[in-house]
Amino acid sequence: MVSRPMLEIVSLQKCFGDNVILRDINLKVAQGELVFIIGPSGSGKSTMLRCCNRLEEPSGGDVIVDGRNIMSGTRRDLDLMRLKVGMVFQGFHLYPHMSVLNNVTLAQRKAMGRTAEEAKARAMDMLERVGLAHKADAMPAQLSGGQQQRVAIARALALDPLVMLFDEPTSALDPELVGSVLAVMKDLKAKGMTMLVVSHEMGFARETADRVIFMDGGVVVEEGAPDEIFGAPKAERTQAFLSRVTR
Amino acid sequence: MQNFLHTFFDPNVMARYLPDVLSGMMVAIWIGAAVVVAGVTAGLALACLRTYRIAICDVFIICFADIFRALPPLVLILLLYFGLPGVGVRLSGPVVLFVVLSLTLAAFAEEIFWAGFSSIEKGQWEAGISTGLGFGGTLVYVALPQAVRLAIPPLVNRVLAITKMTALGSVIGVLEILSAATTAQSFSGSATPLSLAAIAYLVLFLPLVFAARMFERRREQSLGR
Repeated sequence: MVSRPMLEIVSLQKCFGDNVILRDINLKVAQGELVFIIGPSGSGKSTMLRCCNRLEEPSGGDVIVDGRNIMSGTRRDLDLMRLKVGMVFQGFHLYPHMSVLNNVTLAQRKAMGRTAEEAKARAMDMLERVGLAHKADAMPAQLSGGQQQRVAIARALALDPLVMLFDEPTSALDPELVGSVLAVMKDLKAKGMTMLVVSHEMGFARETADRVIFMDGGVVVEEGAPDEIFGAPKAERTQAFLSRVTR
Repeated sequence: MQNFLHTFFDPNVMARYLPDVLSGMMVAIWIGAAVVVAGVTAGLALACLRTYRIAICDVFIICFADIFRALPPLVLILLLYFGLPGVGVRLSGPVVLFVVLSLTLAAFAEEIFWAGFSSIEKGQWEAGISTGLGFGGTLVYVALPQAVRLAIPPLVNRVLAITKMTALGSVIGVLEILSAATTAQSFSGSATPLSLAAIAYLVLFLPLVFAARMFERRREQSLGR
């Protein structure tokens, strides 16, 4: 691809004290690309994802979003950048004291400066897209986990992000609810969203990912097309991991 | 029975001292309201400040909260009222009462609000920050409303406990309910004014207790439980 990458990670490092979590991660995600990150727990994949909007402060390296280095700039620049990088969490983290609609409009109004009407219109569009427009007035506690996660996706999408980060979006869900969330993600991919996904949904990765990255011990061990990684992994560690998870 | 009614509910004494007790009630309401506003506001502000986790501020806030929760308000009231004139500061009784009760309430309110903030999961902050609200925006729109909701039941209890302490004004000549009643009691030689005082406190505080109960019920409903 000739266009500049939408998201670029350059020699990213992260350590907590003496404990090195990430050593020298390099990754480019092109516009519209879905990059899937797999790896054993403790491999640093979630930490890497969280460094992409500086929820986790990198110890070194750069993260470049749409040509802008997020490691430089003011606090205000950082907040503006975060509008452009949507994040979906394992635990949904909807605001329990607000209706679904207000969950989706809050940052639009208070961080983007949209009017209440604009924010509501956009929120309803996004709720429609995740199939939950009829739940706009419900409270989060009244929704199933799958519905909550779809609202969380709508909340991020409403801010017109350039990139979406998914941190194990289906790991906290009952198996029968996973499908609805994956369907929304697949639809996003079809509409051209740039996505970086940390997940254990190998079937989904095989079906929709453009590229799969295997991380272990804070480094990228192997990357390639899904067929290569799942079909014929080269690295021994990748083979061992995949044989454990796809029994 | 006759004797009991005569001692505690003598109609003549009641009629005679009702105006005094009523004006004492007004004083208690004014001081109590001012204490609630000042104490809760200060407590909330300190708890918010504490979410920024600035080491030096935290030390100051924790010391303040611990000291003022440990000291009996009566001791402070006597200290300020009788001690300060010695260094040339003369505060009136109502001002001393207001200052001491406000500080005490602020100390308790800070701890109650802080407990509310502490029980909000980290993910709530991360959700707010990742949507560009910043720390301040997340504090105001996400964490604060949740902390306040959690704080309200214990806070109401504490507010009631401390506003009742306006009765301590009676030891430094603040003409609130209890001092009006004790004065009346010594003039009339009847316990009836004290009964009036008890009734006055009930009239004042029972509606607040009911309101707190209603609020709690509504809150549970609104969370969809």
